Amino acid sequence: MSAAGRTVRPVSIASFAQSQNVRKDNERNEAEGLQPVIAEVFANVGITKDDVDFICSGSTDYLIGGPFSFVMALDAVGVWPPRAESHVEMDGAWALYEAWVLFQEGEIDAALVYAFGRSSLGDLNEILTLQLDPYYEAPLWPDIVSLNALQARAMIDAGKATEADFAAIASRSRRDALSNPKAQVRHDVAPDVLLEDDYVVAPLRRHALPPITDGAAAIVLAAGDKALQWSERPVWITGFDHRMETHSLGARDLTVSPSTAKAAEVAGVADGNVDIAEIHAPFAHQELIIAEALGLDDSVAVNPSGGPLAANPLMSAGLIRIGEAASRIRAGQADRAVAHATSGPCLQQNLVCVLEGA
Amino acid sequence: MAERCAVIGVGQTHHKAKREDVSIAGLVREAAKMALADADLTWSDIDAVVIGKAPDMFEGNMMPEIYLAPALGAVGKPMFRVHTAGSVGGSTAIVAAHLISSGIHKRVLTVAYEKQSDSDAMWALSVPQPFAAPLLAGAGGYFAPHIRAYMRRSGAPDHIGRMVAVKDRKNAMRNPYAHLHLADIDMKMVEESMMLWDPLRYLEACPSSDGAAAMVLAAEDAVSGHYPPAWVHGMAMRSEPTMFAGRDQINPQAGRDCSADVYAQAGVTDPRAQFDCAEVYVPFSWYEPMWLENLGFCGQGDGWKLTEAGATAFDGDIPWNASGGVLSSNPIGASGMLRFLEVAMQVRGQAGEHQVDGAKLALGQAYGGGSQFFSMWVVGSAKP
Amino acid sequence: MADGTTDQGPVTMLATPISLDFEFTPGVAQSKFLRGLERGEFLGQRCGTCGQVYVPSRGTCPTDGVATTEDVVLGNSGTVTTYCVVNVPFAGQAIEIPYICAQILLDGANLSFMGLLQEIPTDQIRMGMRVEAVWVDEAELIPSLASVKYFRPNGEPDADYDTYKEYL
Repeated sequence: MSAAGRTVRPVSIASFAQSQNVRKDNERNEAEGLQPVIAEVFANVGITKDDVDFICSGSTDYLIGGPFSFVMALDAVGVWPPRAESHVEMDGAWALYEAWVLFQEGEIDAALVYAFGRSSLGDLNEILTLQLDPYYEAPLWPDIVSLNALQARAMIDAGKATEADFAAIASRSRRDALSNPKAQVRHDVAPDVLLEDDYVVAPLRRHALPPITDGAAAIVLAAGDKALQWSERPVWITGFDHRMETHSLGARDLTVSPSTAKAAEVAGVADGNVDIAEIHAPFAHQELIIAEALGLDDSVAVNPSGGPLAANPLMSAGLIRIGEAASRIRAGQADRAVAHATSGPCLQQNLVCVLEGA
Repeated sequence: MAERCAVIGVGQTHHKAKREDVSIAGLVREAAKMALADADLTWSDIDAVVIGKAPDMFEGNMMPEIYLAPALGAVGKPMFRVHTAGSVGGSTAIVAAHLISSGIHKRVLTVAYEKQSDSDAMWALSVPQPFAAPLLAGAGGYFAPHIRAYMRRSGAPDHIGRMVAVKDRKNAMRNPYAHLHLADIDMKMVEESMMLWDPLRYLEACPSSDGAAAMVLAAEDAVSGHYPPAWVHGMAMRSEPTMFAGRDQINPQAGRDCSADVYAQAGVTDPRAQFDCAEVYVPFSWYEPMWLENLGFCGQGDGWKLTEAGATAFDGDIPWNASGGVLSSNPIGASGMLRFLEVAMQVRGQAGEHQVDGAKLALGQAYGGGSQFFSMWVVGSAKP
Repeated sequence: MADGTTDQGPVTMLATPISLDFEFTPGVAQSKFLRGLERGEFLGQRCGTCGQVYVPSRGTCPTDGVATTEDVVLGNSGTVTTYCVVNVPFAGQAIEIPYICAQILLDGANLSFMGLLQEIPTDQIRMGMRVEAVWVDEAELIPSLASVKYFRPNGEPDADYDTYKEYL
């Protein structure tokens, strides 16, 4: 049993794998792209599909443009004999939450969580418009880059950020990505140079936007003896929560993220020192909003993987934040980390996961 | 299960071909407000919201929890969206129930819906794919061959499907929320209805409905409401691959495994004797005898004999779909949750004219896709 | 009431057509299958773990979750495992009703797929009937299932129920 958000039963991120993040993978179908990732996430800890008690995935039909895209993706796992299995039409970080709940109940000792999606098949900027109120907003077709530009403008007008800040974040992210072979956009370009980019939608220049990414990711969760057997240095989830905000942008102060702050409070982010944070901020300015809501100070290394500005596979990008944060703890580069995932226009829904080394 | 979980409020819309009087938000609120009122709670009492529906393309609204958050009082709360094909209504209730039984939350609102009239659902199901053959069969064309295979395997006579079609529509006459109210339904009417996908006739298939279902689930120390709680005695989900060599699509292993799991949790060894009623996802009439066998209510090949003998009728020994079932109302995403909700109503004694006398223990089942996804729960009037 | 607010009844429907374009990727295995159709043959794949043959293969074994790599050329004939007769018009339908929609188990394959059956009255179709693919003219073969015009009875005696009952 656990109180809301705080783990009583420790759950370990036993294994993490992700595909190469690329601009376009037009050779393989969903199952073919996912299968090597699933194979790797099991091989990392020397297990098979028969060693997990539960499987949960995250994806959306609107990336492939047809219904039930998660159904055939299951062929990448091979759910035979029949398995306890579930799916969320959300980022894989929420699929991981669903599995974590079952661990808290004591129902399961090991789980596979995965997420997949190719953002390259359609026009993502238009597709995401369909997340808006279908009666009053979506018919006007406001595109997502423009909505995020409104948020960035609100940040500047509130005196909370400058365009130079956006460039600095983008520059740091893509430079850090040089050490992440799975990242898509990896280069060392100074902020001053980035500021010479043209605006896509002012005040957002090209560098402040995430890349379009095809990719997949998977995590094996474990508790109890399995967690200890499968990992020499287990990485534990010690706090986990997610919160929703209202939908109408006009009803929100876009420069703050109260849902992240609430989730951070419930997950206990402030209960200890945070060494690194993996923040799912697809647009550069959003990193500032989330870092503030998480209560992070300047000592925290943000997005050492390069973050979503270096690779943003929709539906996997949040799950990858958890995997990347766990990997750094396992590698001994951090003792305690915060991972964040987001959904909806302008950070409407946010998830916070606190990870700690043994 | 670590913590006991109870259903303390239920709500559903009037299911209709077109609910033009409400938006999607209005539709889900209608069911949710009814469930809150039944539980004697308000929006602020709810800790988290879990919603489910079938493909987003049915309404053209991507990841609708984002738009529906304020309508369901989810602002500032955890909100979760489940999608497991046709079983989703049941899976959604199970995900919500685990938030209680894990001890994470005290009161959870769970909602499932479909508003098919807002879009063209048949189109959404059949987006033409390049390189494929011309569209061959349509929705029923997928299921009709399996029905024929069941008839061949079990030796069931033709009239069994018609009996189910009549029984469930007669039951629906007792349920004011049902979409179809066919007062004159009889065997002859079904037999004379149009043959759609031979051997499947029009009146042996489900309608296409707009509708929503909602439940409030609570921990033992948070029970409230106007009726006694329905306690969850067991819940499970199972999936198997959609297509594989040797797959038994008439009696899927995933369905058998799922029922074995919930029966073990609930201490059920003889489902026909121990359950007082069941709500089972029967979108085409022949799925009643198929699921009777799959759920272990009888031996293999005997499902149709139970139907023929009237065992599953409203006055039979094990009434199936006293509400009228999916054959009478089919808001796709909500259809599974309605099964789970209806059995909760039965053991709470609040089913009105379709109340099965003295119902104490009941099974709710939902399945989806090509019979590869299953979700089930067992609820009872006594604490587990 | 002021101008423009007279009661004209509620607005109950607002049509907002949505159009999105997507690229379609058949994948590595299905591309091979489609290239096979272009040559006038059914190309499947065998799973290296369980040995089952799938046509068309989607590149992974649905029960084992492993990549399938061994290509297998299948026969042009097969067995009708089950079927239905389509009597209902529906959106996108390209064939005149009534017609037979059959599950066909190609010789050498371990999974049936749906095919159109012609050259037989709808009341003479049987489970177990042996059928063969009828292809378009060689010059018209393309990497699409449209290269198969339909299936028709091949004149062989019906298959015994026991030979295909595992594939229902």
